Amino acid sequence: MRTHPSYLRVLLTFARNSLVRDMTFRGNFLIETLSSMSWVIMNLGFYVLVFQHTPRLGAVTDWGEYAFSWGKYEFFLFLSTTLVINSLVQTLFMENASEFSELIRTGKLDFALLKPIDTQFLISLQRVQWASLGNLAVGVGLAAYSLVRLGWVPTAAQVGLYLLFVACGVAIMYSLMIALAATSIWLGRNQSLYDFWFYITNFSRYPMEIYHGPLGTPLRLFFTFIIPVMVVVNVPARFLIRPLVPQTVSDLTLPAFAILATLVSLTASRYLFQRSLLSYRSASS
Amino acid sequence: MFARTSTWWTILRISVEERLVYRGDFALSTLMRFLPIVTQIFLWWAVFSAAQSVEPGNGATRIVGYAYHDFVAYYLLTMISRAFSSMPGLASGICRDIREGTVKKYLVQPIDMLSFLLLYRIAHKVIYYAVAAAPFALVFYLCRDFFPAGWPEPQILLAYAAALLMAFLLGFFLEATIGMIGFWFLEVSSLLFIYMLFSFFCSGHMFPIDMLPGVWGELVRLIPLQYLAYFPAAVFLGKVQGPELIAGLWIQFGWVVFFIAASRVAFALGVRRYSGFGG
Repeated sequence: MRTHPSYLRVLLTFARNSLVRDMTFRGNFLIETLSSMSWVIMNLGFYVLVFQHTPRLGAVTDWGEYAFSWGKYEFFLFLSTTLVINSLVQTLFMENASEFSELIRTGKLDFALLKPIDTQFLISLQRVQWASLGNLAVGVGLAAYSLVRLGWVPTAAQVGLYLLFVACGVAIMYSLMIALAATSIWLGRNQSLYDFWFYITNFSRYPMEIYHGPLGTPLRLFFTFIIPVMVVVNVPARFLIRPLVPQTVSDLTLPAFAILATLVSLTASRYLFQRSLLSYRSASS
Repeated sequence: MFARTSTWWTILRISVEERLVYRGDFALSTLMRFLPIVTQIFLWWAVFSAAQSVEPGNGATRIVGYAYHDFVAYYLLTMISRAFSSMPGLASGICRDIREGTVKKYLVQPIDMLSFLLLYRIAHKVIYYAVAAAPFALVFYLCRDFFPAGWPEPQILLAYAAALLMAFLLGFFLEATIGMIGFWFLEVSSLLFIYMLFSFFCSGHMFPIDMLPGVWGELVRLIPLQYLAYFPAAVFLGKVQGPELIAGLWIQFGWVVFFIAASRVAFALGVRRYSGFGG
């Protein structure tokens, strides 16, 4: 007899159950998909407006080591990478993480702890939010459109590296989210989880080159090396946009650092999660 | 008359005390709310430095009449506008009351729902300003360089105060009217989301609506959302002046009156449709 469950099969069951649940309320599913897509399209509209007034982001001359300027379609490729990563995080983890603080508050975490499966796995992936995949489609569509407009065909190696670092980005975002959720065990309730999440990941939404100067450089270093949200989108996006020829030192060190950051984030958040479980005291009953 | 005043006074006092329970959390979250502006500061700096390198000049590049510091000042000022006009949970709260039947309490008790909610909001807002004043002052002090013109003239400040006050009233009655939709539809969360989206985009919270080209700009100027964020900020920055300013204030006033009436009518019609069951 097997002593541990097949995680893949459990995951597929979660995904299927969520899909069944979503399809029970099809109208609601459609509205959810459309409303999150319209949010994205409005954002896109903002950047279209911005690029009517400037040909690119940042002056080429004074960036030094990080010299790279983002034209309209290069920035749209960046934006599509943000969309892809965020929609994956939302589809897989977002709802589960916010559910987690609710489990703690109501004491329902007991049931998760009793199940013969890794608790972090269970509470992280229980519910798949299929409606958020609409944004993934927008992201892929935008990327394809931008590549056509740039007249640029990435090689298979570039796409492979892109996907690898998108996965790293998702893992870093997940680690941050689960670490934030774990703090709700100590705080009892964590209503501002979403807010906090939004404020931190806000720094991943723009190319890191824009953070520059006496305030910008410390910010860039902090959100790269202490809380690594800036490598989440920046690293994969670069692989898609530029030829695979390293031009600066950071072209090599940054991806290497992204891999390291992924491993450290996953380990640290796992540790934090396990530690927080030790402090769980159930509720009522 | 006296009994009535004392009722309202009690409602106001209870709401004030309720709000003060979480004041620490509150001041911190206010400060956090400025974080997205940091990214905006850098984004616009990147935009302006690129625009400048295209047409090198003396650094006086302007986009739709806004210099770099105007953009940052604008975003900071919309934070103040939103502090007045945003009504978190108002429309959804009304809808929930209707759906769950708790709206009954306003129907059977001698209390007018809209007045009660208004007082409740006023209490929350007053406490909000008292607690948020320090973080706001800190941020504006740190960002004082983005306001090279300093304080505007007294009459502009007066107009600004009027615009903010009306932004509060407009925000309240507009959202309350939207909340009344709950009498006709049971599930409104997605409708509210779409309204929120439009409001974010068209009120000028996301960017100054001067950036919208041609017919889009004209359309957005026709609807009342701009008075929630854009208009007060534009008044402070001197983007609307003279007769235009006076006309703007009157139009804003007109919208306030319109939505006071609309919310009353919607409530009266809604109550006629409403049926309450159980105890």
